[in-house]
Amino acid sequence: MSEATATHSDHPKRATAFIKDHTRAQWHDQALWFVRTKRDRAVDLVPEWQTLRETAAAIKAHTVARLPDYLEQFEANATAAGATVHWARNADEHNRIVLQLLQRHRVSRIVKSKSMLTEECHLNPFLEQHGIEVTDTDLGERIVQLRKEPPSHIVLPAIHLKKEDVGDTFSEHLGTPKGLSDPQQLTEAARLHLREKFMQAEAGITGVNFAIAESGGIVVCTNEGNADLGCSLPRLHIACMGIEKLIPRIADLGVFTRLLARSATGQPITSYTSHFHGPQKGGELHIVMVDNGRTQIRQSDDYRRSLACIRCGACMNTCPVYRRSGGHSYGSTVPGPIGSILSPSSDPAAHRSLPFACTLCGSCTDVCPVKIDLHHQLLTWRKDLASLGLVAWTKRFSMVIASFVMARPWLYRMAGTWGKRIGRWLPRALLMKGPAAWMNPWVRSRELPPLPAASFREMFRKRSRTKE
Amino acid sequence: MTKARPVGLFVPCYVDQLYPDVAMATLEVLEKQGLSVDFPSQQTCCGQPMANTGCDGQAEPLARRMVSLFANYDHIVCPSGSCVAMVRHHYKNFFGADDAAYQHVRKNTFELTEYLTDVLKVERIGGRFPHRVGLHASCHGLRELRLGHASELGRGVPTQDRARHLLSGLQDITLVELSRPDECCGFGGTFAVAEEAVSTMMGCDRIADHERAGAEIITAGDMSCLMHLEGLIGRQKKPIRIMHIAQILAGRPVDAEGPR
Repeated sequence: MSEATATHSDHPKRATAFIKDHTRAQWHDQALWFVRTKRDRAVDLVPEWQTLRETAAAIKAHTVARLPDYLEQFEANATAAGATVHWARNADEHNRIVLQLLQRHRVSRIVKSKSMLTEECHLNPFLEQHGIEVTDTDLGERIVQLRKEPPSHIVLPAIHLKKEDVGDTFSEHLGTPKGLSDPQQLTEAARLHLREKFMQAEAGITGVNFAIAESGGIVVCTNEGNADLGCSLPRLHIACMGIEKLIPRIADLGVFTRLLARSATGQPITSYTSHFHGPQKGGELHIVMVDNGRTQIRQSDDYRRSLACIRCGACMNTCPVYRRSGGHSYGSTVPGPIGSILSPSSDPAAHRSLPFACTLCGSCTDVCPVKIDLHHQLLTWRKDLASLGLVAWTKRFSMVIASFVMARPWLYRMAGTWGKRIGRWLPRALLMKGPAAWMNPWVRSRELPPLPAASFREMFRKRSRTKE
Repeated sequence: MTKARPVGLFVPCYVDQLYPDVAMATLEVLEKQGLSVDFPSQQTCCGQPMANTGCDGQAEPLARRMVSLFANYDHIVCPSGSCVAMVRHHYKNFFGADDAAYQHVRKNTFELTEYLTDVLKVERIGGRFPHRVGLHASCHGLRELRLGHASELGRGVPTQDRARHLLSGLQDITLVELSRPDECCGFGGTFAVAEEAVSTMMGCDRIADHERAGAEIITAGDMSCLMHLEGLIGRQKKPIRIMHIAQILAGRPVDAEGPR
């Protein structure tokens, strides 16, 4: 089920399918809640956490406001350091630039470290169509790549899989013994397999976590060291980044590295924080800067703040809906709260169910290390979808009726009185079973609320009369 | 001692119709503090369900009604964090920033526990409630109104928990510790029906957390969360009961049948 083939992401349908395997859904929820609590413990050790968040949000707001200046500054400094900077307006241009670079160097095998941008651009299938073998080297990414699945989380791409699933995948593709599910042995098998790929690779592609305008350097954060291996052995390093990854100064970097790993996994810092200033000796470094809709988001007063996202995944780990519906239920490269804001801006019709896959609980907003007001932006999306005519007619119709009734107190009183009277008179089974359950999903798992004899306003009037 | 000017009681529409005792308990709690309380009888709904569905055109006339009905009260009190959050944070789409009536209503509409703690400075509400109680932190009260401490913010941010403060002043009450102190119950308005599977799972998980902690009663500042949980509890015929915090503060006994 790749995103490219999905025409309309129907979150409730996919979530229902995910929850059908209740034990697995529960396990998924608990696995991610564990990451959230690890994050909480790490945050509690940093008394200035809120100051860090505010500083990060301010740096990002400033950078996005002056993005053209900083992009030019970055290009000049990166070029001076010996890198080549390329500009891609959209996914298609990005993919073609990467392909041309690889073809020019007669590359047929590449290793790639984790990059959500290349996922967003669907680079892998594009390169494979042109005869290039792509190996994702992040362990989780490699697992989902072997299974021909998209990642289900931006930091933990295979979080939807249990060790037994990984065992099955490895036994099929890497020849590990059937039934082997020991994480250490499986990791060892992946390591051997990946070492071979690293040795054969003729080019390395990485993502970028931060690009520093003042130095022209890029920073890549990983826990597995796969980015370093992938761009040290081959002579050609292509780094792909969205234009929002920029920060102005080296001094700003510490604010973000302190927030990133703690928010993502509860670690104080990622195992590897690698800085690249120009190519290695005798090699080439190409940096592909991609817009792909970001300029459009930048122009919107409502959604601009979403460009501050540093892709830590904390909003997914905390989201009670994400934890119980799985990343694939979103049908978009970036799932969860931030994905539900970003995806509709590229295709509102295809992603119209996502802003409603949310209870507006606000946990994502409070967990976000760069203070994106995620749940308020999701609410704004609902309004925008309604004005685009993309909210289900049942929802809109019921709101029109409700608003009509609520604007007329006499009608509201009458509806309340008669609704309760009829409801109390009818047998409960008629309100809860058969066609009632089909028409009103409330009663599929829940009893109806009580139907008291009188409303508060009637009780209040009686009470006031007796008082007088 | 009765204050000269009455407070305006703002009752959520579904509480008015389905849980009248919650509004009555709110009224009694306020009167016990020596206040006189008015219930503007023309009030209906604050417009939140429409706004949360993206239908601002349908929410706006209701927001205008709300503001004009309550503009003459010094203080407006409501037993729902969610409806107060709507007025305080989400009416701005419908009114100009210089609209005096709107600004007055926005600044002077309070959630019940907030009003008792922050405005009336109540230290201890009299009464006894000899039960094990699980406090469900309703999201909008917690994260939109900051009535308590959201677990995401970390220990660096001290915030008083208003509901906990008021409840712990009751005699013989035991407030149980939950493993997830402020996870959403899964109601979410139309979410409860549009995302029925996720909503149900979230609600069942919340109930299980309260059960594991040994709660006899689940209480909250918002009846909508409790309506959803009550529906699940009823269907599964569980012994655990729900009560709105106003009912506990007003000294209501635990109803074996649940609140009616």
